[in-house]
Parts: sequence; structure tokens; C-alpha cells
Amino acid sequence: MSLYLSRTIPRFSSAGSTSYLKTRFINTTPAYPGHIPLNSFETAFLAVGSAVMSLLDPYRADLIAALGETTAGPALPRLRDIMLATAEGRQILKDRPRINTRTVDMNALSQLPEGTWGRTYKTWLERTGVTPDSREPVHYIDDPELAYVMQRYRECHDFYHCICNFSVNVDSELAIKYFEFANLGLPLAAISAIGGPLRLNAKKRSVLFSEYVPWALKYGSTSQCLISVYWEKRWEQDVEELRRELGIRDSPAKWSKKSMGTMASAAVENSADLASGPIHS
Amino acid sequence: MSLPTLRRSLARNRNFARCISSSSSSDPQHSKTTSFGFQTIPENAKESMVKSVFDSVASKYDLMNDAMSMGVHRLWKDQFVGDLKPGRRGPMKCIDVAGGTGDIALRILDFAREKYADRETSVEVVDINEQMLKEGYRRFKKTMYHNTPQISFHEANAQSLPKEKFRDNSYDLYTIAFGIRNVTSIPAVLDEAYRVLKPGATFACLEFNKVDHPLLGTLYDQYSFHIIPLLGTILTGDRASYQYLVESIRKFPAQPNFAQMIRDAGFVTGKDIDGGAWTNLWGGVACVHTGVKI
Repeated sequence: MSLYLSRTIPRFSSAGSTSYLKTRFINTTPAYPGHIPLNSFETAFLAVGSAVMSLLDPYRADLIAALGETTAGPALPRLRDIMLATAEGRQILKDRPRINTRTVDMNALSQLPEGTWGRTYKTWLERTGVTPDSREPVHYIDDPELAYVMQRYRECHDFYHCICNFSVNVDSELAIKYFEFANLGLPLAAISAIGGPLRLNAKKRSVLFSEYVPWALKYGSTSQCLISVYWEKRWEQDVEELRRELGIRDSPAKWSKKSMGTMASAAVENSADLASGPIHS
Repeated sequence: MSLPTLRRSLARNRNFARCISSSSSSDPQHSKTTSFGFQTIPENAKESMVKSVFDSVASKYDLMNDAMSMGVHRLWKDQFVGDLKPGRRGPMKCIDVAGGTGDIALRILDFAREKYADRETSVEVVDINEQMLKEGYRRFKKTMYHNTPQISFHEANAQSLPKEKFRDNSYDLYTIAFGIRNVTSIPAVLDEAYRVLKPGATFACLEFNKVDHPLLGTLYDQYSFHIIPLLGTILTGDRASYQYLVESIRKFPAQPNFAQMIRDAGFVTGKDIDGGAWTNLWGGVACVHTGVKI
């Protein structure tokens, strides 16, 4: 769906000699499908408005997405440069893979052996009831490559949950936000990390800050930058080996019995063991 | 809820004179076209596109009106109904077209009741969109007029009101507030208004219109094109509908042109000045056009 305004406003300085004749164009044609160009006032307005509204109504995923895009600033070029620094990241930028049920073969993932990254991810999807199809497309980033980096971040968010073995309830989301802030440096992660705990009760907040946050900040900052991981090429890799490679260990996540699907009870036993397993440096 | 949103790019210069467009243009090679905001679309497509806009905005229509106009729309509607003085000459049979959520109908009934102790005046709210009518019905359930003959809701097209239900020469007052710019053919609506009104009855239209004052106009433009679509995104998650709204305002005929269209339908209006055939509210941001059927 493309929706755009196009304004060309020519301005001419006084016509003395032709070398001083300058024409300035403010071109607002969209750079990619779905692009909505905003000027700086509109960006600020949307940032503030979406921040307020998503605090009031946390189910507005489109506003959280808008908040992330309007506040990204220099974080996206930095992430793009991190991707360019590794061969894997460069491959991602070249291929620009997308993650949804059409591009990822879910049946093939279910048939992978236990303990592989692909199988773990599929099990995680079933346990949490999440689908990779509901990610809002990027609208407010002007550079198409940076827009892709943002889109990639949004689509890989579930992978970060899964690799850290967290569920999708509010405390887990906040733990992952702290992790993402330490790992990727996106302002949205910081904003959610600060605003989110306001909605928790005192008990959950104490668990969050005593167990999850220290873990998230420690391992988020020491592990490899997850934006340059080509997750789709690692489906067959052993998930514990992947975690070791990335530097993620000892996840403190707790899964309630309610969140376990009947199909996945065996896998649950497995992952529970792995999460609390004695893998220390 | 999605609108087809492929658009041709337009060049809009700051000095671009606001175009006075008729609502449909016929081209010998193509079928008749009309405007949908700044897009040009086939005439028969406009109705369904407007329908999908209003289906999607209906549930938060009143909230968005308050947010976009910062509550000022209430003042405009109060003035609109106050100047008409419904009930002054006895009970009236009114028809409020495109009246979906019932703002004008409620004001008419309240005015007649409070000023003239009139409980016989009735309003028939007509709207093409079922969702908007449902919102109006819900709102009226909270008032004293629910389940009385004073209020009724009808789903109908303003361009062709069914003749059995809306007979010729049967209404004392025809109002249409912020609806006429969404129709495919304004002359058709005006003709229907002329048909159903009694001789001596009033036609009144409240609509967004042209702002002539350069400073106010610039501020209004900036606000419309920069803030309102974002308010739509933030409050309802629907940018496209509010983009359509601000663009459709720009495509509506200017005050004297619309007054001429009203005269073309057979009404008699005042002179073509502010205070005559029309009354500008807030410099032309909103405007009340009136006409009388002789």
C-alpha cells in the first residue's frame, strides 16, 4: 500500500548571474512502498503522541513501531555499520531476507531434530502463540537501507526472545528490551524499558529488577551484536552451540505451566534443562 | 478498511490557487470521473470508497472531531442550530442528512425543547452509512428522545432519497452538516433537498470551506496537512481516512460557487457576500450556507 504526498517547492534567488541561480527542491516522493515522509516537526509530534498513546494503550503495536522509527536517529546507521563489518551482516544487507510464514518454511522447521535452533524457534512459537506475520511495516525512515535495518530488527525481535529463552508476557518483554538496549542501542528499547515497568505491580517489578535486568544488561552488552546474525541460515545449528557462540547463557526466565502447549511438553522439559544447565565459563 | 491508495504525484506550489472544481468532469474518452481528496477516481467508485472511510472512522468519530478541532466543532454546530432557531414558529418536521452520529439532530431537539417547550418537533436522521447510524442510535439511547416519535434513523442515499419514505414537499427544515463534500454529485443532493422541502422551508448546510485570509489560511493548511493525518495515526491508527478528509475539504467549491449551486437547484439565497448567502465561521474554516424554497 503506498500512500504519499509529493511537493516540489522551487525557490529562486535573485537572478544575477547564472552561477547564483539555485533551485532548492523539497522532494517528498516516497523512497519505498509504504514510506511516509515526515518533516522534523511531524516526526517530533508523532514521537510524543505515540509515546503517550502507547503508554495508555499498550496493544497499539503500530504506535510502538512508529515511536521506534521516529526516535531511531543515529542508532540505525550505527547498526548498519555493525552489519557491514561482518561477512554475515553484509550478506543480510545484500539478500534483505524477510521473516514471515511465507518466507520461512514452518513445516520444515518442525521436522528438524530436537535441540536445533530451528526446532527451538518453532516450539517457542507454539508455546507463546505468536506469529511472525503481524509485524508492522516501516513507514517513517527515509533511507531505504536503514528502513530495512529497522524492519529486520522488528522481525528478529522474536528470535531474541527465543534465543534468550523468554516468553512474551510483560516482564519478559521488558527483560528483552533491556537486553536489546544493551546489545543494539536503540532508543525505543530504552524508552520501553523506562516506561514499561510503570505498568507492572510491585512484585513483578522486583523480580524484573533483581533477576532479569542484571542478566539482560550483562549478557546484552557482552554478547555479539544480534543484528548481524543470519538466523535463517542457522536453522540446523545446535541451539546451545549457537548460544555459546553468541555469548548468551544462564537465562533466568521462568515459564509458567500455563504457557506450555500440550504438543510441546517434551520439548519444554528439554529447554527447561538447557536454560538452567550448568554451562558456565 | 483499506482504501486503494495508489496516487499520481502532484506538484503543489505554495502560490497554487485553490482550484474551484466541479464535482465531476466528463471526458469524451473516459467515463465520468470525480475527486476523492486529491485523487481522481471513476464516479461510481467514490461511494464505496467514502463508505469504507466512514466505516473505519465511525467508532471514534466524535473523539476525532474533538481532537482535530480541539472541541471547536461543538461551537460551530451550536451556532449553526442556534441561527436556524428550530421550533420558533411551531413544531417542525426536520430532516438531517449525513447526520450519522446525531450531533445536529440532538441540538435541534434540545433547542426546540429548551427555548420553546416544543416536544412535537421531529428529526429524521438520514445517512448512507450504517455504522455511523448505529453510533447515532447508541448516543440517542442515552437521551430522553429514545423511543419517541421525535427521532428516527434511516439508511438512505442523499442523492436519491426513496420517494415513498421521503415525500415531496414534506419537511420544514433540511440540514446537512459536514456531509455534502463527501457525496459524488452535489447537484443531485441539492435537487433532492429541493424536492422534499415544503415551500417556504429552509435548506441549511454547514461545511468546511475556503479560508481567504492569508495568515489564517497558511496556519490552517499547515495544521491540516501536518497535524491531522498524524492525529489520525495516533488516535485511530488510520492515516489514510484523515488524509482523505483534509484533501476533500480543499476540493470543495468556494463559498460563492456553492451558493450558486444552491440557487441552481431552485433555492433563493441572500446576496453573494459573507452574511448573505453564507456565513463564515472562523474566517471560512467552517461556513453555513442557507437557502429558502419558494
